[in-house]
Amino acid sequence: MGEIRLKSLLVACLGLTLAFSSLPAMANEDHAGEKLDPAKLIMEHIQDAHDFHFFTLKKEDGTEFHATIPLPVIIYSQTKGKLITFSSSKFVNGHASDDYKLEHGKIQSVSENEVFYDLSMTKNVVQMLLALTILVVLMVSIANKYKKGQGVISAPKGWQNAIEPVITFVRDEVAKPNLGKKYGKYLPYLLTVFFFILINNIFGLLPGSANVTGNIAFTIVLGVISFFVILFSTNKHFWGHIFWFPGVPTPVRIFIMLPVELLGVFTKPFALIVRLFANMVAGHIIILSFITLIFIFGSMSAVAGWGFSPLSVAFAVFIYMIEIMVAFIQAFIFTNLTAVFIGQAFEGSHDDHH
Amino acid sequence: MDLLLPGIGLLAWTLLAFLIVFFILKKFAWGIIISSLTEREKGINDALASAQQVKAEMAQLKNENESLMAQAREERAQMLKEAKETKDKLISEAKDQAKAEAAKIIADAQAAIQTQKMAALTDVKNQIGSMVIEVAEKVIRKQLDNKAEQEKYIQQMAGELNQFGN
Repeated sequence: MGEIRLKSLLVACLGLTLAFSSLPAMANEDHAGEKLDPAKLIMEHIQDAHDFHFFTLKKEDGTEFHATIPLPVIIYSQTKGKLITFSSSKFVNGHASDDYKLEHGKIQSVSENEVFYDLSMTKNVVQMLLALTILVVLMVSIANKYKKGQGVISAPKGWQNAIEPVITFVRDEVAKPNLGKKYGKYLPYLLTVFFFILINNIFGLLPGSANVTGNIAFTIVLGVISFFVILFSTNKHFWGHIFWFPGVPTPVRIFIMLPVELLGVFTKPFALIVRLFANMVAGHIIILSFITLIFIFGSMSAVAGWGFSPLSVAFAVFIYMIEIMVAFIQAFIFTNLTAVFIGQAFEGSHDDHH
Repeated sequence: MDLLLPGIGLLAWTLLAFLIVFFILKKFAWGIIISSLTEREKGINDALASAQQVKAEMAQLKNENESLMAQAREERAQMLKEAKETKDKLISEAKDQAKAEAAKIIADAQAAIQTQKMAALTDVKNQIGSMVIEVAEKVIRKQLDNKAEQEKYIQQMAGELNQFGN
């Protein structure tokens, strides 16, 4: 019963996505014979923006109505030495606001040699903060229930049952096998990383939402934090392995193993960054591509568009299902590999030399 | 290519958000949740272990009870057996005693009979002796008168004596 309800919900959501993406596309088509550009359309959807844009309606008198939620723009101008904030609604219709204008989703300064940093609350930032607020509220409320004894001296209830297996999974399958006795020290970090990625992955799957985990800035931050956590976990044995690789002749040590091993230190977090980014962005691109296919066919003829739409939606639903799985898998892989790398950083500190 | 260029705003916000979320969750969620789960797991393990222990104890108690019962049964049988033995012994003893008593009484009686017989014999002997003396006295008295008469008398006396003796 629950499954059926979930499926119908997903179909409804996809239908909604379809409607949302169709309207601007159609509007684009009608707009002075502007050609449909699928690549541009998809890229716009998976990239960050300064507002939540849902759809655009073309009114009878020729003016356009944009259904958007404007977001705050925050700019720190080094040249002016001050923080400038205003609503992104001022950018609408391409008008410059004060000294700044929006070009291809990027804020540009009117004066050419102004140095400034765009710290705006973009679509990704707002959605991320929303998701994290929910995460924090959920986790803290669960923790408070545990504090009151529910789930400790009595059976766990409600959300506890949903979150508990995930926490024990991270503890027993990720932290303990990779980190051994030191797992307790890293468990809060690993749990935070896991749920941080997971909740943003899930929110990114909601139709009309931002693609937070598929943004390279997001994954870079997580990767760099993992990099520092790994570095701070290293021991003498780890660095000995890098600078003086055991069991090979000295020239090989210096000219081959040293650069390779040193590179390895950086490739690990780099792999984490790229893996999460590429997986999430690829999933979104595939779903959007299937939806866009309808309009590619539609631009040939209306019959082809309508005719192809069931097939396209079926494929999109299929990929959507996979994406739900991927949301969990990628959170797990990022966490697990971080744990593996941390484990490698301090292995050999006991007496398990190889 | 824009896709691969990180926006500085999102970088800063993500870093800030991650750190805040990490510290909040570490302080207010993970510690409590993990320790609660550990506590519960420990509680369940302890409960299971103690249940197992109680079960083992119950089994042991049952065994002990059974062995006690068996012992009691054995003791009862032993006691019955002993009682029976005692009874038999008592009876046989009583019988023996009775027999001994009877034998003794018989022996006494026989002894008494013997004694009285002996006494009677002695008495008879004595009487015979005195009769002999009496006869002899009468004979001696008659001799003086008549020799023939005397002999006749002796024979008469002897005949009397024989009669008596028979």
